[in-house]
Amino acid sequence: MAALIEDVLAEAERSGPGGLRSIHVEKPLELQFDLGNLTALDSNPLKPGSFRQDPEEFLRSLARDNTQLLVNAIWQLPSERQNEAIVAKLPQPTTRIPREKALPKTRPPTRWEEFAKLKGIQKKKKSNLAWDKEKKEWRRRWGYKRANDETKDWVIEVPETADPNEDQFAKRVTAKKERVAKNELSRLRNIARAQKSKVPGVGLAPTDQPSKVDLSKAIHVAKAATASVGKFQDKLPKEKEQRNAGKKRKFEPLIGDFSAERQKQLELLKIMSNKKPKLDLTRAVNRQLREDEQEEAAKRRKMHPKGRQGGKGHNQNRRKGQGRKPTTKQRGNRK
Amino acid sequence: MRPLTEEETRLLFEKLAKYIGENIKLLVERPDGTYCFRLHKDRVYYVSEKILKLATNISRDKLVSLGTCFGKFTKTLKFRLHITALDYLAPYAKYKVWVKPGTEQSFLYGNHVLKSGLGRITESTAQYQGVVVYSMADIPLGFGVAAKSTQDCRRVDPMAIVVFHQADVGEYIRNEDTLT
Repeated sequence: MAALIEDVLAEAERSGPGGLRSIHVEKPLELQFDLGNLTALDSNPLKPGSFRQDPEEFLRSLARDNTQLLVNAIWQLPSERQNEAIVAKLPQPTTRIPREKALPKTRPPTRWEEFAKLKGIQKKKKSNLAWDKEKKEWRRRWGYKRANDETKDWVIEVPETADPNEDQFAKRVTAKKERVAKNELSRLRNIARAQKSKVPGVGLAPTDQPSKVDLSKAIHVAKAATASVGKFQDKLPKEKEQRNAGKKRKFEPLIGDFSAERQKQLELLKIMSNKKPKLDLTRAVNRQLREDEQEEAAKRRKMHPKGRQGGKGHNQNRRKGQGRKPTTKQRGNRK
Repeated sequence: MRPLTEEETRLLFEKLAKYIGENIKLLVERPDGTYCFRLHKDRVYYVSEKILKLATNISRDKLVSLGTCFGKFTKTLKFRLHITALDYLAPYAKYKVWVKPGTEQSFLYGNHVLKSGLGRITESTAQYQGVVVYSMADIPLGFGVAAKSTQDCRRVDPMAIVVFHQADVGEYIRNEDTLT
């Protein structure tokens, strides 16, 4: 055993510079270190001849030399002892690494932001603290132990227009809940709009005082909320029919088939002309009366060639007696 | 810009039929080219296919007018005929009214036609029939609605209205801004 160790040590002494190589490495150009990323950049030109002779050996020695230099550089850094290990403090990395993911897209503005931009409303910065009148001290504007906290009111005045038996405290609580729900709905709608996903169109934010428009919309929504989608629901006496309910209308393409369009229009014209009664009663009666009038005029001309009275007087008297046309709406100019 | 729906086409044809009767098919089907009706901002335009294809290159908010404007649809879907349609109504009109030279100016200022201003009227015009108003020189001046049938026109007193004014050529100057 001892003889073996001696043999190994003697062997190492004999190899000397060839065996265990030293920590000193000679390089014409210094390496560039990025110790933050634990990298070293070797700009030394390669000797093409030595690579071709023995590529494996060349590469191994090159790697060994460069690693040695890197480790030397790391040993140069300030080190400290942490849990029985010596740790070197790495500096900030110097090489810029490109982003892994793309830059985040700017969020599309919400409905309020668009409105504010349109109107030119600026965001007013509010301070964190507000003055609490009762407690006479500065408290935070919102949150735990806030100033002017409405929920901590121990008495609420009943307004004159309100029902005396109504619970004002409960009213405040429900109002707050409704506001929160409405805000949540707006928030979700903004998100949905930003992601261009579908939002249910049947939504009416609950309001305290619904306007006329809100009420009519609520009526239509409620009417359609039956199994047959409101087809058999009776209409209220003054209910206005909804013109474009929900879905977007679909129109023919702008430059469609012109001949098809023409055909449809001609058919429509044919249907319209068929619907019109061929024998218009009024016109028939008018025509008949006109003929009678002409006959009368001709007769009178024969009888009185010179002293002809105005046909008007005679005809009118005659016409009063007879049954007049049934459907003309006279405007009172009848003599 | 879009083609008219069935409902809108029906309303348009009903209105036109009041003035030109069954001659609408001469407007729909023409020997000298394909013409069609298109709706843009509630106005109905009668436009040839060639011009229509050119107009598709203009954006909706920049497009003012194309072809001939026949009229517009009101918010409650009633069709109102404009004076710009006169060029297409006049040749096909079924019932015409000729107006005396003195009353021409009055009509062109927007007044109704009285019996005293009436020159000629087509025989067998029914009451409330759509008529095209001409001057004595056969120049179309506008259109209106017959307040009295031809029969009644003969018997009524001279100060009575015989034709209700609906549109006249003077509107090109009076309502320049609203016509397209």
